[in-house]
Amino acid sequence: MDSAFIPNGVRRCAPGKFLVVLAVAGAVLLWGVYAMLLCWFKGLNQTNMNNNYGFALWIWADLAVIALGGGAFFTGFLRYIIGKDELKNIVNYAVLIGFICYSSALLILAIDIGQPLRGWFIFWHANVHSMLTEVAFCLSCYFGVLTIEYIPLILENRGIDRVPFLHHLGHNMHDIMAVFAATGAFLSFFHQGSLGGVAGVLFGRPFSFREGFFIWPWTFFLFTWSAAAYGPCFTLLITRITEAVTGKKLVKDNVVELLAKISGWMMATYIIAKIVDTLYWANVTAPSKGFTLMDFYSHNAFYGVWILILEIVIGGIIPAAILITDKGRKSPAARTTAFVLAVIGVCVNRWVMVLQVMAAPVMTFDKWALYYPSWQEVATTILPVAYGVILIAISYRYLPIFPQEPELNPID
Amino acid sequence: MKAEENHGNTKKFGMVIDLDVCTGCGSCMVACMAENNVPFRKDESDKLKSITWMRVYKLSNGKPYPETDICYLPRPCQHCEGHDGHSPCVSVCPATATDYDMQTGIVSQIYTRCFGCRYCMAACPYHARYFNWYDPVWPDGMEQYLNPDVSVRMRGVVEKCSFCIQRYQAAKDRAFMEGKTDIEESDYQTACTQACPAGAITFGDLNNPAHAVYKLKKQPNAFRLLERLGTNPKIYYLSSREWVRRAGDNYLKNEGPAKIG
Repeated sequence: MDSAFIPNGVRRCAPGKFLVVLAVAGAVLLWGVYAMLLCWFKGLNQTNMNNNYGFALWIWADLAVIALGGGAFFTGFLRYIIGKDELKNIVNYAVLIGFICYSSALLILAIDIGQPLRGWFIFWHANVHSMLTEVAFCLSCYFGVLTIEYIPLILENRGIDRVPFLHHLGHNMHDIMAVFAATGAFLSFFHQGSLGGVAGVLFGRPFSFREGFFIWPWTFFLFTWSAAAYGPCFTLLITRITEAVTGKKLVKDNVVELLAKISGWMMATYIIAKIVDTLYWANVTAPSKGFTLMDFYSHNAFYGVWILILEIVIGGIIPAAILITDKGRKSPAARTTAFVLAVIGVCVNRWVMVLQVMAAPVMTFDKWALYYPSWQEVATTILPVAYGVILIAISYRYLPIFPQEPELNPID
Repeated sequence: MKAEENHGNTKKFGMVIDLDVCTGCGSCMVACMAENNVPFRKDESDKLKSITWMRVYKLSNGKPYPETDICYLPRPCQHCEGHDGHSPCVSVCPATATDYDMQTGIVSQIYTRCFGCRYCMAACPYHARYFNWYDPVWPDGMEQYLNPDVSVRMRGVVEKCSFCIQRYQAAKDRAFMEGKTDIEESDYQTACTQACPAGAITFGDLNNPAHAVYKLKKQPNAFRLLERLGTNPKIYYLSSREWVRRAGDNYLKNEGPAKIG
């Protein structure tokens, strides 16, 4: 039925099976859209946020998907700027995952503001001193870059490629992609960093406040570093999941191992910097404000030292140790474990830098404030996952996302 | 540095609240809500969604009877000056919807520009900023009692104590009509100050030696909330009780208000 649009040299499932997948993901998507409309029309009283929790699940989701989507800029940087040519076999997927992550982040931000129709004020009345302003500008620009990077891939669809103008357009866009990869890396450095700055500049919140360099708190650099380190792990994890779902090998091991190795070393260096940052904060910054480390990890029902261990040891040191060793990288089970742990690690980092900041009391007569999201918040956070599944399913079916697929899966 | 940036010759409005005098009656909270058209809901049991520009906290020394002692602490917006007007909330607002006025020291909120990102709330360690989770609904007839000098706020924007800035504007207008070049201390007083039956709240220009707050803030028992964070607030508290002064900030075991200075 749709065989004229399926890439040459690959096999896809029957249209009926494909539509069932779309229908299931579409149902989840509609649930999220319903919750989103409730938030837009009835207001943020549909959430469980409150005056102690101005930032909550959505801001965490934003920070997390942007970190996970960091695979796009860093893989593009390695492929086009550093010249790691093997990565051309995974960069398409990294761009697609990045596109999904960033469009999701923008959608969540649009739901998260109290007056969505005034969202453009952040550009029109921009306060250049605010980290959030920098986030908004760089995020929007980088989403534009990702769109430009995704378009040539769409133009490679067999049906579209038959149109001469679109064929040449796609070809010419490919030729100048290094320029956009460099632009993307530049923009990502700033918006990933400014997302770290969002929490780091809060000098009224000793849990998140960090000293830094000039106007940038250390979290600025740590967030950029961690996105570059952990983002590729998410790309590799989604690649692994896609291989499991399709039952095919899609990317050769040498490509996976190269990206995993770079990611592992980035992670190892990041986690050393993170440990140094944590030690300095615990021993110098926090005490200078009258707090001990344990003030932030005790006297409440949820946040204990376990979360620090989960983030730094289980989600940082262990995956880094697996990925920097030859043996760890070459074992599919070990490296997949490392990818999962890394994704957990960076998500936990973003969680504590948003929700634990809100939870920890600052005034001596204040109490810990714990929070659980409403179903509307959960549904709108799952919405991007369903949207991602749909976009990946459509892209995988109709676009040559994985250049090595025909070679790895020859059709008899 | 320009003279005005550290309030060289300008006004710097602030409060001194005597915690030994405050009885916790809540008159300041009621007066504030009436003066500033602060919305409320039928069911206010979820206090974390309530809007209370002025909130009275109940503090305890945590000791058993007969040494039990309590203290009521009224907490308006602290109108932080930070370092040269770099208050925690003003610096982070992405849309310049909140402003630090170097002429008065008042941190204002521009409701029509706020788009409800709530970053300022995350930045404020005093929980002095409130989000309008709901549209304001007034009981039948109550809209007739709203203060015409204060705009009501819609759902989805942040609001907070403004030091009853409409009263400052009115005082300046009156002074102009009377041919005065400046306003007197009594010309501009906040609603909470006037409503306090115990006279615990004193309001005025912290830079003006003729104003009571100028002298009161220099008393040895004066302290401010969370001074160590560098927020540089303009609300001073007085208490003769050491445990109350200690409750104003966070200290390590070997520290205390006196040692920190």
